Amino acid sequence: MKQKYNAKLILSDGSIFRGFSFGSQTSKSGEVVFNTGMVGYPESLTDPSYRGQILVFTYPLIGNYGVPSRDHKIDGIQTYFESDKIHVNGLIVSDYSGDYSHWNASSNLGQWLKEHNIPAIYGIDTRELTKNLREHGVMLGKIVIDKDIEIVDPNTKDLVGEVSIKEPVTYNNTGKKTIIMLDCGVKNNIIREFIKRNIRVIRVPYDSNFFEFDYDGIFISNGPGDPKSCKTTIENLKKALLQDKPIFGICLGNQLLALASGADTYKLKYGHRSQNQPCIEVGTKRCYITSQNHGFAVDNKTLQKGWSQWFINANDGTNEGIIHESGKYFSVQFHPEATPGPKDTDYLFDRFVAKLK
Amino acid sequence: MTKTDEQRNHENSITVGSDEIPKKAVRVHHGVKKAIVLGSGALKIGEAGEFDYSGSQAIKALKEENINTILVNPNIATIQTSEHIADKIYFLPVNPYFVEKIIEKEKPDAILLAFGGQTALNCGLALHDSGVLKKYDVRVLGTQVETIRTTEDRDLFVKSLSKINAKTPLSKAVETVEEACKAANIIGYPVMMRSAFSLGGMGSGVVQNEDELKDLASKAFSKVGQILVEEYLGGWKEIEYEVVRDASDNCITVCNMENFDPMGIHTGESIVVAPSQTLSNSEYHKLRSIATKVIRHLGIVGECNIQYALSPNSEDYRIIEVNARLSRSSALASKATGYPLAFIAAKLGLGYSLYELENSITKKTKCCFEPSLDYIVVKVPRWDLQKFRQVKKQIGSEMKSVGEVMAIGRKFEETIQKALRMLQIGYNGLVCNDGIDFKDLSEELKNPTDKRILAVVRALRNGKTIDEIHEMTGIDRWFMYKIQNVLDIEKKLKKGNIDTDLLLEAKQLGYSDKQIGLLTGKSETHVRESRKKHNIFPFVKQIDTLGAEYPAQTNYLYMTYNGTEHDIELSGVQTNISRNAKLSNESNTADTGSNTKSNIKSNTESVIVLGSGAYMIGSSVEFDWCCVNSVLTANKLGYKTILINYNPETVSTDYDTCDRLYFEELSLERVMDIYELEQPKGLIVSMGGQVPNNLAMPLHTAGFKILGTCPTSIDNAENRHRFSALLDELEIDQPEWEELTSVKDAIKFAKNIQYPVLIRPSYVLSGAAMNVVFDDVALEKYIKKASDVSPEHPVLISKFIENCKEIEMDAVACKGELKVWAITEHIENAGVHSGDATVVLPAQKLYVETIRKVKECTKKIARNLNISGPFNIQFLAKDNHIKVIELNLRASRSFPFCSKVMKINFIDIATKVILGQETEKINGTCLDLDYVGVKAPQFSFSRLKGVDPVLGVEMASTGEVACFGNSVEEAFLKSLISTGFTLPKKNILVSISGDNNRYKILGAVKKLVKKGYKIYATSSTGKFLNENGVDADILHKIHEKKEPNVLTFLLEKKLDMVISMPDDTKPQTINDTSYIRRLAIDFNIPLINNTQLTRLFADAVQIHDLDSLEIKSWDEYHQDD
Repeated sequence: MKQKYNAKLILSDGSIFRGFSFGSQTSKSGEVVFNTGMVGYPESLTDPSYRGQILVFTYPLIGNYGVPSRDHKIDGIQTYFESDKIHVNGLIVSDYSGDYSHWNASSNLGQWLKEHNIPAIYGIDTRELTKNLREHGVMLGKIVIDKDIEIVDPNTKDLVGEVSIKEPVTYNNTGKKTIIMLDCGVKNNIIREFIKRNIRVIRVPYDSNFFEFDYDGIFISNGPGDPKSCKTTIENLKKALLQDKPIFGICLGNQLLALASGADTYKLKYGHRSQNQPCIEVGTKRCYITSQNHGFAVDNKTLQKGWSQWFINANDGTNEGIIHESGKYFSVQFHPEATPGPKDTDYLFDRFVAKLK
Repeated sequence: MTKTDEQRNHENSITVGSDEIPKKAVRVHHGVKKAIVLGSGALKIGEAGEFDYSGSQAIKALKEENINTILVNPNIATIQTSEHIADKIYFLPVNPYFVEKIIEKEKPDAILLAFGGQTALNCGLALHDSGVLKKYDVRVLGTQVETIRTTEDRDLFVKSLSKINAKTPLSKAVETVEEACKAANIIGYPVMMRSAFSLGGMGSGVVQNEDELKDLASKAFSKVGQILVEEYLGGWKEIEYEVVRDASDNCITVCNMENFDPMGIHTGESIVVAPSQTLSNSEYHKLRSIATKVIRHLGIVGECNIQYALSPNSEDYRIIEVNARLSRSSALASKATGYPLAFIAAKLGLGYSLYELENSITKKTKCCFEPSLDYIVVKVPRWDLQKFRQVKKQIGSEMKSVGEVMAIGRKFEETIQKALRMLQIGYNGLVCNDGIDFKDLSEELKNPTDKRILAVVRALRNGKTIDEIHEMTGIDRWFMYKIQNVLDIEKKLKKGNIDTDLLLEAKQLGYSDKQIGLLTGKSETHVRESRKKHNIFPFVKQIDTLGAEYPAQTNYLYMTYNGTEHDIELSGVQTNISRNAKLSNESNTADTGSNTKSNIKSNTESVIVLGSGAYMIGSSVEFDWCCVNSVLTANKLGYKTILINYNPETVSTDYDTCDRLYFEELSLERVMDIYELEQPKGLIVSMGGQVPNNLAMPLHTAGFKILGTCPTSIDNAENRHRFSALLDELEIDQPEWEELTSVKDAIKFAKNIQYPVLIRPSYVLSGAAMNVVFDDVALEKYIKKASDVSPEHPVLISKFIENCKEIEMDAVACKGELKVWAITEHIENAGVHSGDATVVLPAQKLYVETIRKVKECTKKIARNLNISGPFNIQFLAKDNHIKVIELNLRASRSFPFCSKVMKINFIDIATKVILGQETEKINGTCLDLDYVGVKAPQFSFSRLKGVDPVLGVEMASTGEVACFGNSVEEAFLKSLISTGFTLPKKNILVSISGDNNRYKILGAVKKLVKKGYKIYATSSTGKFLNENGVDADILHKIHEKKEPNVLTFLLEKKLDMVISMPDDTKPQTINDTSYIRRLAIDFNIPLINNTQLTRLFADAVQIHDLDSLEIKSWDEYHQDD
């Protein structure tokens, strides 16, 4: 029988959840958040927006289909992951399957976590933990396995700086149109969606002065943390809004565009992290099921003249997208690129591409 | 962590900007004033109780919109045909003829076709095709007929999907046997043969070669004009999605499901898990995207199901089918997620948008979302194959299961073990199932039977590797890793040295106390006590559709050992210490231990009603009706109602039926757990049939309060010796009987009381392995079979009395005094199981003296056992002499029938009695009704290949219908037609074994001739008829290979009906007459297989033809009163 190693999760309010370790035998702290998606752990764990967070999956059976090969790349992009590394600081599940079964898997989940030095715990009542987080809001916490550590708030760090690219990279050099991709921690599938549409993508650091490039439009990516910490990006976007070039943002990109337009953002109690969020397109009868991962939101009441709500969350009425009356600048809070999650809104990429002149 | 006021104002749960959310539209969406809902009729294999659930929900949705709702459904045992649900109910056949008549009379403006299974769908298509819907200007709500047709006609379906590049299996629709062979040669054997308009895969099968194809194809063409020859996808994963779409084109998938058994085994025969377990994000969402694309393309509005085959080695897929209606899978998905699919589908049919409808579980969020599960659901089918002689035990592409169970847990191991116990067929889980043996394990793995999962367990235990088993079965390795985990713990438990960690781990993997006891040589009670000492308790969790993301008021519950906190507040205390704290000695104040506070108002007592468990032969929707009605009454009396059941095909497991629904095992262990947590006034065990009834005594012994009749009385009725002694004491006659343990003694006893004798094992419902034998040889053979059923119990032999009437008494007593009663009469003589009998109320042909004696006897028994609650007594009557054959101190199968015919709710009265409420005595009105109700059995022989369709002491019917009439003949004909019987036009074949039987039907055949029917007969029957003045043309038997031959007549559809029965006095063998009966079933020709039925049929057609059967609703019969 396999040896079991004790591990515990300690929250900043002092509560302790005990289970067993299945990742790296190391202690780490982070902001504890939960995700209610039922599939897609390789995608979620490599999503840079989770930077610095300890992720709790509410779906109890994790690891079933293993983890695909890390060596497979297309266009220089990892085929099966959303970035080159695991970004969470830790993983909490109820029931872990070390024995996995899938034609595309090359190792189990624990092995992969160990490769990236990430601790993980199974055997936790993740429902109890989730309810805790729901009632108290997201909390800081730490996974303690080998030795006790101090809890460090990841939000005090420059999270976007950590996940953003350091030097510009161009994809699909022969693409018909060119966009600037402000990389605040972009997910690979966003790049894939643009390449699929034959767009040349210049991926630049989030705070770079991109005006020097020749481009047809700007894309602002998703990313971790508080949007207000990306001051340079916001200032650059303010200038970009004076241009005539279309701008499209996703997730953090939605918040950054809002801030650049003069609106405000705030932190949600426990955010939206799931694959089943209904979003209504304002003025239509259409409601889309979307994938989400965000802890901050745009304050609807602060939208400036010329801007309006584009999408709203059917469950709690929070902002899910904004659009400028010119029709050239728009962004969404959810993830049309999915991975993980439903692909119902990938038409938004088409919409942006159509605006490129 | 500090928050600014600004932040506080923007917490998730508040409704920032909610003004912008489109409000529930005030305008009426639909303009519908009166709508007809078509039910599914009797329960049959492939079309069971799930349609009671879906129809009831649809009616509820319509009523909420103030739509006058008319229900057509002859299934009298359903909840949907109860009072105060639909505005009007027609207990009439769901077929185009009757529904047209009802439309003509009621003039509805809309019709719902999607809630009554394939029966309703087919009827709706026929009404559309014949122009009836257009003629009477009746709108189809929801998915339109053209779309339904595209999904039903395979050729149209494949063509339509190819337009959007959605992949379907290579296939060819053919209309002749020759075409079928040609297509198969192109695709390559093995091929899959499917027939259009299939339900539960009827007429489908894997075909290995041309000979098999010719045989199967010609059978299929007798029922349909078209069949499909397809690419065979054995070994591929089978995946389903439940899809919902509104008229504004919003489209969601509510649930996906993965079959444990790969393609090749019908999804109704498969173990199914929800959500899928072995699919990656890419696969899950690829199939999801295709699902929404297909459903949009087809134009479905409401709910549908899409089935896929998914390659186990790539992302290649095929779409197998789309069901444009509520289905068994949608009922399962609905229960698995808490998303009320049928209710929502009905609302969408009226034109609502998904985001306008509220999520009734959270009451905060909208219906336009996809449920997130934080648990796993496992469905296991329940078969009753041992009930059918000559049936193949192999499971495959045709459905044979009669019911299913659904278990919920947080580990696969835990959940599958729960589910296997829920089947109530003696399994203790994955392990500890002694007595189940496999002669040829490899064969069992390659050609699975109903015991396949235990074969996998056995193979693992025997040391076969997971890869080997995967090769043989196609079952995904992941499932087997999990099964292996259970086996590993079994090994550890057997070794002994059981510490807290091991005990907890075993419980977390779904081991019952009994299992642990069996492995450690301890009693179940001992394990329970020791477990409690170790502070190991289960926790109650909610099903809330959103993985705890939003607070939910849901009362939909399950229990698990994979948790450390109760989701709800409970009045009872199992433990005060959270397991988190317990695992180490560290103090831990913030740990959220179990709650000990009570949210139950001190003046509100609760009561637990035990449900009926899986549908099986002998226990079906009628017990669900009893449970639901009991809950409703208890609610009305101010009790907080708690229901325990695990059958996803029921209304009782709708979470809005009771105050708290535990989707849990009906086992001693789990009922005690729930009792201890809930601290109710007591338990009601008499509503759910035999499953809860069997728990009465153990629960009582363990000190739990059983409400109603005292469990010792129940035991006195169940125990043959005590019951017999009681009858002797009360001077009530009974057939002679004895319990015997050796063949020698048995033969001696049988000789003594004289053949024929009835043999059966003790303590069983619906007469498993019962039989009547006429000589020593047969006796010896059957004792062996009976003993196999239950080795601990000896065999029981009793005198079988021939030519005897069977009478039933259904009644409610309070403290031994009769409160309400109904006497029903069987058309068939004793010897046909009461569940297979045609039952008449009020009794038409009983002597007044017999009735008086039955009442007297009932009163004596009620008084003596001090009965408080429902009960049922079965009598034999011959020449004004009565004998008691059985007493059940619980509600019986016929309670809904009696209640609805008399319009007196027996369960309401019984529940009041049980809860100590004063009730008026109701005077016997069952004899002076101005109309007659006839209940007829529904058989599913057409699905059970090879079974000889005869009636006997073993129950074989899967459902029932009941209709009303001004005479027994009228009600009988309506009932018969409701079971799918077509009145013959001209030619009737008579083939009877035994002169005794021939004499009995002679008069009836003469009447049929007089009515103008043309009689054909097989040789000896023909000779007999001719000698007795009936002009009958002789048809040669099949083996005679001479024309005119029965087979030719059957093949050429020259026969409109077959009357055929075996000689009851001879041992049953396969002979030419049984072959004729079988062919009648296979060729869809009406069959009558009993002498009394033949006589009633002949009488009925003398008086009535189709036109003279009155179209009257239930209330119209009572108005005439």
